[in-house]
Amino acid sequence: MPLTDSLRNDILAAVPSLRAFAISLSGNADRADDLVQETLLRALANIDSFQPGSNLPAWLFTILRNLFRSDYRKRRREVEDAEGNYAKTLKTQPSQNAHLEFEEFRTALDKLPQDQREALILVGASGFSYEDAASICGCAVGTIKSRVNRARSKLAALLYVDGAEDFGPDETVRAVIGGSGG
Amino acid sequence: MKDLKSQATRSTTPGKGGLTPEIQSRIGHQLRAMYDDVVRQGVPDRFAELIKKLDAQGATPQVENDGGSNDNNNGRD
Repeated sequence: MPLTDSLRNDILAAVPSLRAFAISLSGNADRADDLVQETLLRALANIDSFQPGSNLPAWLFTILRNLFRSDYRKRRREVEDAEGNYAKTLKTQPSQNAHLEFEEFRTALDKLPQDQREALILVGASGFSYEDAASICGCAVGTIKSRVNRARSKLAALLYVDGAEDFGPDETVRAVIGGSGG
Repeated sequence: MKDLKSQATRSTTPGKGGLTPEIQSRIGHQLRAMYDDVVRQGVPDRFAELIKKLDAQGATPQVENDGGSNDNNNGRD
């Protein structure tokens, strides 16, 4: 369909969550914004292939995810440098404690396999249904569900030891993060 | 006969079924907090301008447009 005013506004409205998704995937704010820019360029260049009435955010997320995938293979190493850059994207610095907890979470998230990480983010943060997430990732709904479950289990194991009865004080969490060499 | 168990036990991930609701909600909360921090930043000017520019070119992205100053904004919208 042609680029109408309302379609353009809808695309703009999706930009904040596209950025959040891109940063969650790449862990790097600058790269994330480049990804978003490329996504917008592609989307507008291919706007004729967008089906009116279908899910615009899902369409845009699919483009971004595919771009990230092809880009990721080329530059796998840079991803390791993620956490420091991520903090810079925050306009308001959280308090010291919250910030620490945040870094720990971010570090744990980065340890997940990419398939699991993107599934968890799409469903748990972006708020897509399992069906939409499956279509964005080009896989079956059951696959998404199991990736999300595995992602949660792994995060729990990394952050809260065992998914155990008590999630302990911060020292425990720090010890786990600091002590897991790989 | 195949021993599937030996494969399964190679994974040391603990507590697969032991994900308590508390842990689940804590993970969900942190995930959204991280994500929403970025969402709240809104649309950076860079992207708003990009869309506007492309829009002015008739939705045909021509990033390399060697035309000079082309800012006649006719106030359409």
